[in-house]
Amino acid sequence: MTTTVEAAPLDVAALRKEFPILHQESHGKRLVYLDSASSSQRPRAVLDAMDHYYETTHANVHRGVYAIAEEATRQFEMARRAVGRFINAPRPEVEVLFTKNATEALNLLAHSYGRHLLRKGKAILLTELEHHANLVPWLMLAAERQVELRYLPVGDDYRLDLSDLDRLTDGVGLVAVSAMSNVLGTINDLGPIVEAAHAAGAVVAADASQLVPHRSVDVSALGVDFLAFTGHKMLGPTGIGVLWGREELLDAMPPFLGGGEMIRDVRLDGFTPNDLPWKFEAGTPPIAEAVGLHGAIRFLESLGMDRIAAHETELTSRAIELLSERHGPELKIFGPGVDPQGRGGVLSLALGDIHAHDLAQVLDSEGICVRAGHHCAKPLMRRLGVTATARASFYVYNSEDDIEALSDALDVAAAFFG
Amino acid sequence: MAGLEDLYREIILDHYRSPRNRGELPVPPAHRVEGFNPLCGDEVVVYLEVDDGTLVDLRISGQGCSISQSSASMMSATVKGRPVEEARKLIRSFKAMMSIREHSLSGEDAGDDAEAEGEVETIKPEDLGELAALQGVVKFPVRIKCATLSWNALAQGLDEIAAGVCSGE
Repeated sequence: MTTTVEAAPLDVAALRKEFPILHQESHGKRLVYLDSASSSQRPRAVLDAMDHYYETTHANVHRGVYAIAEEATRQFEMARRAVGRFINAPRPEVEVLFTKNATEALNLLAHSYGRHLLRKGKAILLTELEHHANLVPWLMLAAERQVELRYLPVGDDYRLDLSDLDRLTDGVGLVAVSAMSNVLGTINDLGPIVEAAHAAGAVVAADASQLVPHRSVDVSALGVDFLAFTGHKMLGPTGIGVLWGREELLDAMPPFLGGGEMIRDVRLDGFTPNDLPWKFEAGTPPIAEAVGLHGAIRFLESLGMDRIAAHETELTSRAIELLSERHGPELKIFGPGVDPQGRGGVLSLALGDIHAHDLAQVLDSEGICVRAGHHCAKPLMRRLGVTATARASFYVYNSEDDIEALSDALDVAAAFFG
Repeated sequence: MAGLEDLYREIILDHYRSPRNRGELPVPPAHRVEGFNPLCGDEVVVYLEVDDGTLVDLRISGQGCSISQSSASMMSATVKGRPVEEARKLIRSFKAMMSIREHSLSGEDAGDDAEAEGEVETIKPEDLGELAALQGVVKFPVRIKCATLSWNALAQGLDEIAAGVCSGE
């Protein structure tokens, strides 16, 4: 892609026509979808790609010698390469593993790397703002193997506090950190973390579930060793996630799940695992989902990741300005202020002392979809001193009209519970 | 379609804004039991004191949405001072009121519910006094757990007292 930030802004009105689900009413109001950080919607191109696959060439992959099975295999492996190119993986054909979602990708890492390659006595460094998907697999490992877990704290500026980074990385064997917070919208500066971790001889895994859909991500530039993300947050289908890892690390890691596809040979007294990437893909993989994800990547690339980032930055800045101006100190936004580089389109909100569930209920009655709750980040919620927030998040199909609608609905909630 | 006013009746908002029996009781003699809603992080803590088969005192603490908090407040106002057996009957009745509609949402015949209730006696929603205001919650299935949170904690507490379990702080 050669698009730049200076390129024409996204034509949101035209873009919205591509998303069938957005053209409906909810409770008699225009449906305003502000929950893409939880799961995005998908364009017709993705739905069509999956339908076309099922209607023309579905068969199991890497098994049949007949024409449609070969075509299914070809499409599945093309999707893998497209995913790899999308994150600038050096060797897409072996380094991109398809999983069920980002959660499974991180569990794969905790099981395979954590249980077999993490050297004895080495600690794991996480952060206070992780999603449970990047916490619980490590907590399970720690409970089983008595591994020490450490945490980078979150500062009052809603950013990771790196002041103690050198001490915290000393004696660490693995660092697992979110690339962007699903609660705060904070885009973490991974550079210093990667540098300190590598200096300490540790590998670095990034949970990029929130970043890959919204920004151009280059694993080589980031310098990380593993990257996990999921299809359904980036206009793709549910049921497919990705773990990218450096070839030499993946090569050294034992398989995670056992079954078909992941083996080269099975005897009654043992087995020999398959080559990368299939070593980590037991059972029939999400084939149509891979085709759909490929469609989503084509769609995102046709828009240009830099234009998407510019659109969301503009929208987020506008939202922070407008909401702050119209709702004043009654509205609290948990997250960094306007910041094009270090902040994504996720706004965690609290309005007065209205509980997040009540707020989301009133917003729903106005046709607005937001997420209410702890966002699968309970330690972070404790750090923020709240049990729940209402979260609005933006994507390519959101416009300033959606922010206006959100603001109007916040007024309705304030009046209702006032 | 169910509107907000079906969910947020005036009496519910009143209990939310001015919760009854809010606070704690010394443990022991009181029994302490916690209820969590893992989906939303709401928590309720029920302190109950049973003397000679009667729920002589009850206090509620914790935090949550208007539905969970008002339901806890209404529950406290309804069961406090009642014999334990009456409190249990109220719990059954309240949960029946919440679950009948839950079943009908999933397409089951209401007759099955009557059968499932069996011999156990429950109070009809219209005879539940102000608790009936919470009936509208069943039209919002995800909020049913908010309404039943404190009731499940109370039931657990009564069971624990009956079984002679001591609650620690």
